[in-house]
Amino acid sequence: MISAQQIHKKFGKLEVLKDFNLEFDAGKSYALMGPNGSGKTTLIKIILGMVIPNTGEVFVQGESIKGNFAYRSNIGYMPQIGRYPDNIRIGQLFSMMQDMRPGIKEYDLDLIEAFGLDKIMDKPMHTLSGGTRQKVSAALAFMFRAEILILDEPTAGLDPMAVETLKNKIKKERDTGKLILITSHILSELDELTDHAIYINEGEVFFNDTINSLKDITGEEKFSTAIARLMEWSLKKKKKITDLSHV
Amino acid sequence: MFKLLKYSLYDIVKSRFAILYTIFMILVAVSIYQVSEDMSKVSLSLLNIMLMIVPLIAAVFATTHFFNNLEFTELMLAQPVKRRDVFLSQVLAVVIMLSAAIVIGFGIPMILWGADSTVLTLLGIGIALSVVFAGLAFLASVLTRDKAKAIGISLSFWIYFSLIYDGFVLYLIYSFADYPLEKTTLGLVFFNPVDLGRIIMLMQLDISALMGYTGAFFQNFFGSAKGILLSSAMMLLWMLWPLGVAMRVFRKKDF
Repeated sequence: MISAQQIHKKFGKLEVLKDFNLEFDAGKSYALMGPNGSGKTTLIKIILGMVIPNTGEVFVQGESIKGNFAYRSNIGYMPQIGRYPDNIRIGQLFSMMQDMRPGIKEYDLDLIEAFGLDKIMDKPMHTLSGGTRQKVSAALAFMFRAEILILDEPTAGLDPMAVETLKNKIKKERDTGKLILITSHILSELDELTDHAIYINEGEVFFNDTINSLKDITGEEKFSTAIARLMEWSLKKKKKITDLSHV
Repeated sequence: MFKLLKYSLYDIVKSRFAILYTIFMILVAVSIYQVSEDMSKVSLSLLNIMLMIVPLIAAVFATTHFFNNLEFTELMLAQPVKRRDVFLSQVLAVVIMLSAAIVIGFGIPMILWGADSTVLTLLGIGIALSVVFAGLAFLASVLTRDKAKAIGISLSFWIYFSLIYDGFVLYLIYSFADYPLEKTTLGLVFFNPVDLGRIIMLMQLDISALMGYTGAFFQNFFGSAKGILLSSAMMLLWMLWPLGVAMRVFRKKDF
């Protein structure tokens, strides 16, 4: 469904992504992991067309995203830090976003109710706390029943109750066969929500396979220790695990 | 596109700055109308104030607006809308607000105390200069990541075109006083939108006789159909190129 081909991105002299290839298929859920600054958010922004790669192309549902904008109506995106205009109210923000996608008439309002956002619709965005902003971002990402859900650190800053609500919602959408892409540093959460692990290190794909095979390869029972082992290997720059896994 | 423009305009109109700027323009116009009865003197005074204030406000406001609205821009870029439309809606909202402030601010006193064609030209020049300097400010904004730097560049555009450029032209004329410089100065005027606006306006006011031989030459040029066409085309070029370049940069910019 999403295919990134030979993506290369530099910010000034810093090479963020080097000859980057990845495929995301419909109906699967992916955990995108990597140390800080490894290029996770840049990859997501490239898929969304917010950052333009130096070379390479991204295809979403078979179409190149270069100069294309309509494909974004199939993507629900929850940013790492939701930044919204200050003066706008929550209700206005929702109706504005609905206005931007005139083709979609039926909205998924589950999260708005579950988070109690419907009761504070007339609050201006700048008065909201970080957690409430995050709730608004989540509600927006799911609102349009998009085929592809990209969630950049979805639970950061949410209270435990909201985290549970959001996780249940993600599971529900995953089970309806949507493509879900999550970045997070909370490993237990990724273990629970996703079945594929992608580990990025210094702008290269270091590991890309199912979580079960990750556990097999590393010989660890627990996901978190398996990832810790993977990080160790990536630091030692040992042989690439991706090669091993496909033998 | 229109939806984006609607939301951008809504945001801009709600800001206090739009109202303050309009009130300021009204106050300036009213006070100048009070001082003199002679319409051409009024126009001249309004012109002098406008040539200083309008580019300054346009440059500073457009830059701050671009950076204050960065959240909105980023939000929109993740939506199914064209990048071009996101940029154009921002530019149009700023231009509409700046033009409205000039038209309302100078227009109300005109309706009250009368106006002639020169004052209409003045409004036109005010709007044109707003577009030119908003364009330069947007160009400065898309080329930098830092708000303070962008405001600095926008302000240096203003200082350059309002002060330094004139000094340079004067120096040139003074140094080469022995040579015929009419055509050279005419050419130099085209490279500064503020001077261009000033000359177009002065030529309407019948005071070119005070400016000696060069004034007569200018009068001859700007009075002719060819001159009017050429100077308007040049002004249009000044309005379009900074925005055109800024849009090209914006379409390739990373957010």
